[in-house]
This record gives sequence, structure tokens and C-alpha cells, in this order.
Amino acid sequence: MKILVCISHVPDTTSKINFTENDTKFDSNGVQFVINPYDEFALTRAMWFKEKQGATVTVVNVGNASTEPTLRKALAIGADDAIRVNIEATDGFAVAKELAEVVKNGSYNLVLAGKESIDYNGGMVPGMLASLLDYNFVNACISLEIDGEKATISREIDGGKEVLSCNLPLIVAGQKGLVEEKDLRIPNMRGIMMARKKPLIVVESINSEAGTISVSFEKPTAKSACKMIDADNVGELVNLLHTEAKVI
Amino acid sequence: MSVLVFAESSEGKFKKSSFELTSYGKKVAEQLGTNLVVLTINATENETLYKYGAEKVLQVTSEVLATFNAKKVANVLKQAAEKENSKVVIVDSNANGLYLAPLVAVNLSAGFASNVMALPSSTSPFTVKRKAFSSKAFNNCKISTDIKVISLSKNSYGVHENEVSGSIEGFSPVIATSNLSSEKIEQTTGKVTIADADIVVSGGRGLKGPENWGMVEELASILGAATACSKPVSDLGWRPHSEHVGQTGKPVASNLYIAIGISGAIQHLAGINSSKIKVVINTDAEAPFFKAADYGIVGDAFEVVPKLIEKLKEFKANNA
Repeated sequence: MKILVCISHVPDTTSKINFTENDTKFDSNGVQFVINPYDEFALTRAMWFKEKQGATVTVVNVGNASTEPTLRKALAIGADDAIRVNIEATDGFAVAKELAEVVKNGSYNLVLAGKESIDYNGGMVPGMLASLLDYNFVNACISLEIDGEKATISREIDGGKEVLSCNLPLIVAGQKGLVEEKDLRIPNMRGIMMARKKPLIVVESINSEAGTISVSFEKPTAKSACKMIDADNVGELVNLLHTEAKVI
Repeated sequence: MSVLVFAESSEGKFKKSSFELTSYGKKVAEQLGTNLVVLTINATENETLYKYGAEKVLQVTSEVLATFNAKKVANVLKQAAEKENSKVVIVDSNANGLYLAPLVAVNLSAGFASNVMALPSSTSPFTVKRKAFSSKAFNNCKISTDIKVISLSKNSYGVHENEVSGSIEGFSPVIATSNLSSEKIEQTTGKVTIADADIVVSGGRGLKGPENWGMVEELASILGAATACSKPVSDLGWRPHSEHVGQTGKPVASNLYIAIGISGAIQHLAGINSSKIKVVINTDAEAPFFKAADYGIVGDAFEVVPKLIEKLKEFKANNA
């Protein structure tokens, strides 16, 4: 099995979100970048297939050279090799078209990604990639088992789950459940040393056309102060929720 | 030209969000000076959509589509959009909507904006405001393609009545093949889901253990609310992952969010700050959640929550 794991390079979950250049660009000053948490679930599942079923695991990112440390981290976790498509990622559709070329050229039969990136939250790349390639696709995946050519997948639905099956090739957009939080791996020193020697190939972009163009960013307006209610006067809360907030 | 909305139904009945989508679609159609077409699949109460502005309902009835398959439904939407010359296609941001939308976008060579939270600020160029950075910021973006696909963030526009005299037209699209088969659906019935809930009651580590969730569930049941929890609680296995709300869990966009014993880590706030009114109950007056809350009570949850349950019961009895 040849697995491709799509990795987004995103600000750490605790980052302060600010913008520069008249609110048109994300301010990366002082921000630590990490593997997108949803992609990390996918990568960890891929490691399991590598260790138990002898799969090979390639990681890919569409981005400029600044994303390479994130790819190296994925290699340190255990991926075999890495590909960077050399173009700044600004739109999901364009990224999906770039990735479709990578999948075709590498004939991967399982593509794993996170269901969305925690920066732009577009949530579109895996589905678009599947549609461009006419591969089977499952979104919001919470479990994945592969037996030979046959895949059994669960996806989260509103208020429950659906179990699906198909043959490979398959694209899965994962979330927590695909692996548990405790299964996530922190690269050890040996992994980090080995990652330096693993291949990281840079391929040129096909200059795919974007579907959307970012214009500007805004931050939510500061909210008014919290109204404090005495713990001995809980009835006042019920009253305020009814008469002031009008939510009950 | 037209605007196309996909109004999802479950066992024939529309989801509440379908009325929000229809209301929103009608306004977008007005902005563009065109008509709204709403596509339904196996829905039984198509006339109810007139009330929210559906000038035309395209009704698909198909045994094959009784079980949701994203590829098949995306293909039906493509055929509907082509037939109606739709320039804007609007879908929900629930589990099926998010599954579907990217496929529809590729089918129509359309740019796609997800988590859209308001009417287009401009129709030429077509510009929408969407949630980004897990709702810590918003992004204004132009969709540059001829056809545009958007998914509307839940509870961001609201349900608005806009009665029109509509008509229903039967539509029999070709159904695409898919190699993906649905084996089993496990759904809890009779319980409010976080996605559909108007009110969400959420518990954190401050509740000390899974055995103390009885009062959270009681509070939720009085309010007709869904129950949720913070990330540590689901990581500890006190509650199922499906209840985890926050940055890597479920987003919550309810009218009322009640947080009990949750300190309000930035990752948690990212997931819930689309909720309209936030109530925080915490022993620690310095908990960061109070800065993001509308109403706060500093106190022991084990004393405050039972009192709140009692007061709400009185309130319900008096306002029944």
C-alpha cells in the first residue's frame, strides 16, 4: 500500500491571531508553526499501517520553503519521504489541483488528510482531490481499517456515525477518533537525526487556477464585559436569560 | 440565471437549517436580481419552503438516494445547477453539507467558500465573509469563478419568513454510480445533537469525574439542550469524543452555551465563540472564560447547578 499524507503547515493552536499589511496578511511574527492537528491524526494512522501492514508513507505539502521544518517533523515521526509543491497555498481548489498531480505521478492508493486546516478552515482539499481523481472519498472519518484492497471506514454524522466500505483507491479526511490523542507521537532524537537524511523532494507547481481570492481579514469586535451574578442569587441568571438575553 | 439551495431532509422532514438556507438563498437571489430554486430529495413537505422564499422547488424522489451518498447527491446538484443556470449554489455546513460541497464545486468548476457567515458584501466581485482561524478571525474573500459554491455557517443568518407563491417541479436526474457502500448507520434518536441544538450545556474537568454528569444531563434535559464537554474530559474518557467541543472538536454555534467547570483555554473558546450567549460557572474568578462570557457565576458547580436546575424548573412551570 502506498500512502500519501497531506500536511498543512499551520500556526500552533495557542497562537495569537493578528494581521499585517492593512489586514491582508497573517502576521507570522513570533508564531510557532506545527503540523495541522487534524493531519497529525491522519499521519499517526498512516504510521500504524506502515508498521503493521508494511505500507510506505509519503508526506506532501503545498507551500513555500518556510513549510519544510513541518515536513521534516513528519519525517521525524516516521514518514519515509516528503514532497513539497513549490507554490504558496492560498486557495483550496488550487491546492487540490496541485495534489492531484502528485497523486497521479506517485500512484498512491490511499490518501489521508485532516478534515480541515485550523487556519483557513476551508475543509475542501480532500473532497476536491477525490472529485478531481474520481477516487472514493469519506469525510470526517473517525475510524479506518484496511484489509488487502478493502477499506472499512466510519464517518461522523450529526448525532451518530455511519460505517462505509469500498475498495482502494480511497481518500479520507480524518479527525480525532482515526487515532486517539494519546497515540500521537512526539519525534525522538533518533527520528529527528534520521529525518535529516530522508528525501524531501521539491516539485514545481502546475500553476493551477484559484477559485477564491482572499481580500482581507477582520477580528471579532471586543465584547462587552461579563455580567457577574452572585452564586446565592441563581434566580437572577434565569431572569436575565429570559428577559435580557431572550434565549430561554 | 438563478440561485440554487440544497434543502436537506431527514425521513421526509426538513432540518431547521434548511429554512435558514432558504431564507438566506432568497436574499442572495434578491441581491443578484434573480430567482431562488430549492432542490429537495425525498422531502414530503415541500410547500413549507414557500414561506421562506422558495419560488421554485425542484423535487427529486429516488429510492437510491434514500441513503445519503455524497458523490451521488453532488452529481444531482450539478445537474440541477446546469438545468436552472444557477450561478450561486448554497449548501449547509452540517456533516453531509461539508462532505458534499467540495465535490459540487469540482463538478461545476466553481470556487468554494465554506463557513460563510453573512450575506455577500458585494455581488460583483462576489465577496463573502467567512469564519477562519477557528472563529478567532474572519476572512473576506472573493469567489472568482463564474459559478460560486458556498456553505452557510449554522445560525449565522437566521430563519426569516418571506412568503412567496412558489411552485413544485418534479426532477429526475441521472444518478451517478459510486463504489462506496453504506453498511450501517448508528444514530442516537431522541437526543438533541450538538449540531442541531439551540442550547448546549457543557462540562469540564471542574466536575471532577464522570459520575458527576447527572446534573449536567438534568440541566440539559430541562432546557432541551445538547450535552458537551471540554477536551480534557473527552481525553480522560469521562465523556465520548462526539461531545468534545473546541478547536479540534465540534464547533458550537448555539443561542446559549452554558459552561460548567471549564476554565476557557484558547482552544476551547475557539470552538464555542460563535455561540450567541455564553454563561460560565466556575470556582476560579480568574478563569479566562469569564472574559469571553456574557453572564458569569463564581461558585462551586456542585452548589450552583442544583440551584439553577431548581430555578429553571420553577421558571418552566410558570411559563408553560
